[in-house]
Amino acid sequence: MMSADTMTATKTMNMIEAINSAMDVMLERDSNVVVMGEDVGFFGGVFRATAGLQKKHGKTRVFDTPINECGIIGVAVGMGAYGLRPVPEIQFADYIYPGLDQLVSEAARLRYRSAADFICPMTVRTPFGGGIFGGQTHSQSPESIMTHICGVKTVIPSNPYDAKGLLIAAIEDNDPVVFLEPKRIYNGPFSGYYDRPVEPWSKHAASAVPEGHYRIELGKAATVREGEALTVLAYGTMVHVVKTIVEELKVDAEIIDLRTLLPLDIDAIEASVKKTGRCLVIHEATRTSGFGAELAALVQERCFYHLEAPVERVTGFDTPYPHSLEWAYFPGPVRIATALTKILKD
Amino acid sequence: MPETDRRPASNLQPLSLHIPEPRYRPGDTPDFGDIVVPAVDATPRPGEATKPDAMRDLCYGLVRVLDFDGQAKGQWDPKLSPERLRTMLRYMMLVRAFDDRMFRAQRQGKTSFYMKCTGEEATSVASTMALDRGDMCFPSYRQQGILIARDYPLIQMMNQIYSNRGDHLLGRQLPIMYSAPEHGFFSVSGNLATQYPQAVGWAMASASKGDSRIATVWCGEGSSAEGDFHSALTFATVYNAPVIFNVVNNQWAISSFSGFAGGERTTFAARAVGYGIAGLRVDGNDPLAVYAATQWAADRARTNSGPTLIEHFTYRSEGHSTSDDPSAYRPADEASAWPFGDPIVRLRQHLETLGEWDGERHEAQRAELEDLVKTTQKQSEKLGILGHGMHQPFETMFQDVFEDMPWHLKEQCAQMLAEQEAKFGPDWKPE
Repeated sequence: MMSADTMTATKTMNMIEAINSAMDVMLERDSNVVVMGEDVGFFGGVFRATAGLQKKHGKTRVFDTPINECGIIGVAVGMGAYGLRPVPEIQFADYIYPGLDQLVSEAARLRYRSAADFICPMTVRTPFGGGIFGGQTHSQSPESIMTHICGVKTVIPSNPYDAKGLLIAAIEDNDPVVFLEPKRIYNGPFSGYYDRPVEPWSKHAASAVPEGHYRIELGKAATVREGEALTVLAYGTMVHVVKTIVEELKVDAEIIDLRTLLPLDIDAIEASVKKTGRCLVIHEATRTSGFGAELAALVQERCFYHLEAPVERVTGFDTPYPHSLEWAYFPGPVRIATALTKILKD
Repeated sequence: MPETDRRPASNLQPLSLHIPEPRYRPGDTPDFGDIVVPAVDATPRPGEATKPDAMRDLCYGLVRVLDFDGQAKGQWDPKLSPERLRTMLRYMMLVRAFDDRMFRAQRQGKTSFYMKCTGEEATSVASTMALDRGDMCFPSYRQQGILIARDYPLIQMMNQIYSNRGDHLLGRQLPIMYSAPEHGFFSVSGNLATQYPQAVGWAMASASKGDSRIATVWCGEGSSAEGDFHSALTFATVYNAPVIFNVVNNQWAISSFSGFAGGERTTFAARAVGYGIAGLRVDGNDPLAVYAATQWAADRARTNSGPTLIEHFTYRSEGHSTSDDPSAYRPADEASAWPFGDPIVRLRQHLETLGEWDGERHEAQRAELEDLVKTTQKQSEKLGILGHGMHQPFETMFQDVFEDMPWHLKEQCAQMLAEQEAKFGPDWKPE
């Protein structure tokens, strides 16, 4: 799994520490990298993702910003035009909307509209998803809004090792990347059972993270579990949830962790679905026009004659993310088991 | 009873909603006699490091240098050499000749769209001339004067307007949305005021690198209502960014007068007050005042003394673009009633007063520039005009979405090339 340049010392890290380490490595390697966002400087971020970085790299490299997402992303576009490589944090993905015009109409189109006179090598980091009692303004999953923009890459890691390698690749990428961090699994993988104790990352193999620089190429999925009965297409938190359920139910599922939604690893998807003949797509985001719709369409376009059952979607509901009824909303064990039964019945 | 039909409690005055309305509509006789025109030497010039709260009066006054008799007066006189003044006049005249020609080209069906800056030439030409060549300009859509004042090749502007084979933007952008990095001219967006925070980001980057270059940005008074404008001013004041904000208050945003951006209540320069930024309100039709204000702001930015907001008080003499008819929403002769005259006429008058210019030279220069524009236009049209053939290889549509083309775009590109072959046969080449 590790490439040659990753043969450095490893350390046990949770996802926050791995993300912090990626920024630390890049701040060290490239004097054009700057990290900014609300509360990211002295305090180190509300989720601690930037803890210690200002002290180590200085105030002009890692700094707090006004509470103004339009400004954060707009300023980052200008910094990119100057030649910097900005890594802005949007404190919650739910807050990205005031900055969306700068992302959609500016960052994403700058290379195109200027025929590469100007580029936007920006990585917007932002925590997303529910499962932490964040209510409807701290739980959203806006990934399909991002993948619908032409000119932005969308990356979602599911473990510490991937998070660091993908974030480094994103920062080094010469195009804008939205790096969505599944905040429910910052501190440990999630089984889908909210009433069970949280397992820390230290018990998981992917918490062994090289301390130095390594990259995981954007646009490459990972096979989390090989299987023959069906293919599950997942990303972020849902990778762990669905893995728990299929193992409990002893379903021989092949789980593909997409890791990058755009550009998508279509070859991995096609190969797996053609092998298993069944496909379940799963995400926490709302159902209608969700990324699962795109996945289902691609699978039927490319694998129709290999399919033995309709593609199934397991998703959040088309409602705002409720506060007290969070676990009724979340696509957890019951919803997944029902879909598995349906897709495997013939 | 629905809430919308509620009557006020009996002894209270009913509230009323104010919808701004310009004073003059088509058919009215415009009279701007009530616009306060301070004496040309009435406005003191503070030091460039003056604290914003000590110079608030400048947000409500008017920086002027040229009086209406062509004399330069007062503390703001930049005292430019006659040679420099002639260069400024030449650039402004070239902008006007270029605008007239390109407007006509659009009317002749050679392109889809054009925007003139008639009457506002000073706000970009004189402003650019007061900057250093390395300073970065983030224009809105009406700052062709920046490119002209930086000697950008006219033919490249025309090629872009025609979206022809010579257009280095590959026909992707609406006419006049130029991009010229070597000339310190940022890619024009078309979305309004988005360039404002971007200019601040560029300026912050320059400051963080210990560079000496500053950023400067333009928007209209209408788009100063956008959130991006306020985001930019917030970031600029927080980080003391070396940036100059220009608000070209030309009174009209398509058909909406400045009242719809808050102009009935205060000046646009006064937006600076709430942010603790230096603000200057300038006669935008006075090229020397524009030059002097920009020079002041540039010196301020370059010495880490902070950003400046400059309101250029001017008038949009023609339509917003080729797509609107201003006689439908304002008096046809409103421009001629504007009390600040025309910037080219005023600079010419000044040079003539100095004995450094005359009618004969002026007419000769006008003819020369018109000829230059016409000759360049012919060269550009040899590379194609919009709508007469397709000038770019189809696959350029898919390039530059990303640095490397991902599989889904390669697939869509292949699909489009198959469509091309079906429509035009296998031997089609860009025209």
